[in-house]
Amino acid sequence: MNQPKKNPAHPLDGLLRIDRIPHIWCPGCGIGTAFSSCLLAIKESGIDLQNTVMVSGIGCSGRGAGYVNLDSYHTTHGRAIPFATGMKLANPELNVIVFSGDGDLFAIGGNHFIHAARRNVDITVVCVNNFNYGMTGGQVAATTPHLSKTTTTPMGNPEAPFNLPLMAYASGSSYVARWTILHARDLMESIEEGILKRGFSFIEVLSPCPINYGRRNKEKALDTLKIYQERTIIKNDANPMELDIDFDRGIILGKFVDAERPTCSDMYDKTCRPQDLLEEEKAA
Amino acid sequence: MGQAVLTGEHFMTGDVACAEGAIAAGCRFFGGYPITPATEVAEQISERLPQVGGTFIQMEDEIAALASVVGASCAGVKSMTATSGPGFSLMMENIGLAVCTETPCVIVNVQRSGPSTGLPTQGAQGDMMQARWGSHGHYEIIAMAPSSPQEIFYQTITAFNLSETYRVPVMVMTDEIIGHLSERVVIPEEKAIKTVSRPRAKGRKDRFKPFQPGPNGVAPMAVAGEGYNIHVTGLTHDEKGYPVMTVEAQTEMMERLVGKIRNNLSRIIQTESYQMEDAEVVVISYGVSSRTSMAAVEEARRMGIKAGLLRLITVWPFPEDLIRKLAPTVKALVTVELNLGQIHLEVERCAAGRTPAYLVGHPGGTIIPPDQVIETLKQAIQT
Amino acid sequence: MAFWRVPLDLDEIRTSRGIVHILENRCKGCGYCIEYCPKGVLQFSSKFNEKGYHPPVVVKPDDCVNCHFCEIICPEFAIYSIEAPPS
Repeated sequence: MNQPKKNPAHPLDGLLRIDRIPHIWCPGCGIGTAFSSCLLAIKESGIDLQNTVMVSGIGCSGRGAGYVNLDSYHTTHGRAIPFATGMKLANPELNVIVFSGDGDLFAIGGNHFIHAARRNVDITVVCVNNFNYGMTGGQVAATTPHLSKTTTTPMGNPEAPFNLPLMAYASGSSYVARWTILHARDLMESIEEGILKRGFSFIEVLSPCPINYGRRNKEKALDTLKIYQERTIIKNDANPMELDIDFDRGIILGKFVDAERPTCSDMYDKTCRPQDLLEEEKAA
Repeated sequence: MGQAVLTGEHFMTGDVACAEGAIAAGCRFFGGYPITPATEVAEQISERLPQVGGTFIQMEDEIAALASVVGASCAGVKSMTATSGPGFSLMMENIGLAVCTETPCVIVNVQRSGPSTGLPTQGAQGDMMQARWGSHGHYEIIAMAPSSPQEIFYQTITAFNLSETYRVPVMVMTDEIIGHLSERVVIPEEKAIKTVSRPRAKGRKDRFKPFQPGPNGVAPMAVAGEGYNIHVTGLTHDEKGYPVMTVEAQTEMMERLVGKIRNNLSRIIQTESYQMEDAEVVVISYGVSSRTSMAAVEEARRMGIKAGLLRLITVWPFPEDLIRKLAPTVKALVTVELNLGQIHLEVERCAAGRTPAYLVGHPGGTIIPPDQVIETLKQAIQT
Repeated sequence: MAFWRVPLDLDEIRTSRGIVHILENRCKGCGYCIEYCPKGVLQFSSKFNEKGYHPPVVVKPDDCVNCHFCEIICPEFAIYSIEAPPS
């Protein structure tokens, strides 16, 4: 009947470094769910796992690279994307997935994000947005909602946060989507689409941070999931201008951009490589 | 395919010779950013790399430039970047990443006068200590100092070879004077150029430990896409590459990172001696200042002063043993460099008071004239 | 099940059934699977795992429809369902 098997294997154990599980993420932390959806997307997409690499930066989400059983690179804070760009250009056969957090990718790493999107580097960026810098104890981030409490905004955040899908869209991203960890199935499908898409794919996933952001803003993990259930609207193809995080109006989720554009490598090959060389390679 | 090695006689600047040396060494990825006086390295290589099947990208800043170089190297391609002082400062964190993850890469610093924006179009040698200690934490790197465009060509190849052998970032510390100097550069036949590539992972993929050292202290490298499923992190890690937050892991990792250089000093350090056999006073110099020093030593000899020149080809690791043995046998050591005393500090340290150590220094913007060196030699010989 | 119109293939419709497997020592007691199981199959157990958390326990085994939602919402890779053999 329903008995726990002795040493049962979770279906994703093949993609995990099981000698490092349980992972370090807190009880109720959504990164685990986002990570799980990402691994499932990798599996379901059918891409060659040997040629798949995960690159991350520093932060709680950045620890994800340490748990995936693929070639994985845990790089410097904010620099996962240029590192991934170098890898992809050096070996275009690689499927490069960047799995990192909002602080890492959009504050210190903001400049690198917009340039990689502009270039349309063929990588997939999964950004776990928990509205703060979790690993260091819950400081304000570029994505922290206005008036939220964090350790460096004890009186409430005076600043306005980024609208990440708008940034991605404005920078030239080929694929832009936003989900929450509660919408794990949609998230998995979006990541899969992003992986299979030729070009720069960006998927933002909202996640609870119960121990830091949540605790200081009176949200237990399940309270945050309730917000994701009740105060979100799924609106595919919404105008990126209206995608700012507004809990009163409702946070808009969905797939917003799915465009075709030549990739960074396509354009480099066409513009910069001697055409007779390319023909030789094709013939070989 | 375009020609990788432009065999023949050329009249080219140091920067261009550097780019050609890199391509001859097998460099097939360059992630760069423009900065005077290193821009020409990027310009030359942006044209040449696609001709030989390589890739050039100008990134959005120097931080991204080095990050892309480290990434490309992890994907198995010999990679390089070129910059000057302000960009070198920006690259420091990722130098640490390359050191800790043991990723081979070459960083060319065409030094200009600093600090800060300084004299962008005028050379100096003020980044020498920074090359050694610029990133946080304790670590070892290799740094070379070419003194002519011809030398830049060869030393860039050596830099790649050392970087690949020891899986460590190697700096080519040239300067604006040499970088922008046009001189005769003879490029040999391709078969005369010896290139070395990183030791590659072998054996059972499920048992491979990415940071387990081989006999020379260097671990064979698994490159992305080979199926070894390695984890590479800048966190202190064990031989499997997994982050381990313990004192023991830190001690072991540091012994490995530092040991692979310190236990191979005799294979890494290169110096050149000129008229040293009977020298009473020895000039120690490197890069463009060694040309000044050579002229000064020759003139001093004509004046009857028994001067000799010890030219450092690799500046880091510093030839400590050589200086320690040399110091008691001479009347004085004179360091000539385009800064206010950096390698001079090393010379002084290793001389340990057994002989006076003089400095002929200058903050940069010009070449030190040989007269100044001769004045000091005259002074030194009288003690 | 009540139908407005009886489907022609009513006899062939089978609701899927699942068996839930719990890797108790990976669980951190977040409660997501319990809260979001659409059939209310899971509850907190009173036992403690290695780390002191209360893992879930299956209280309504016959109601599991193998939707896999517990599996995909769990942040810990600690729970999954498989199709029950037709009985």
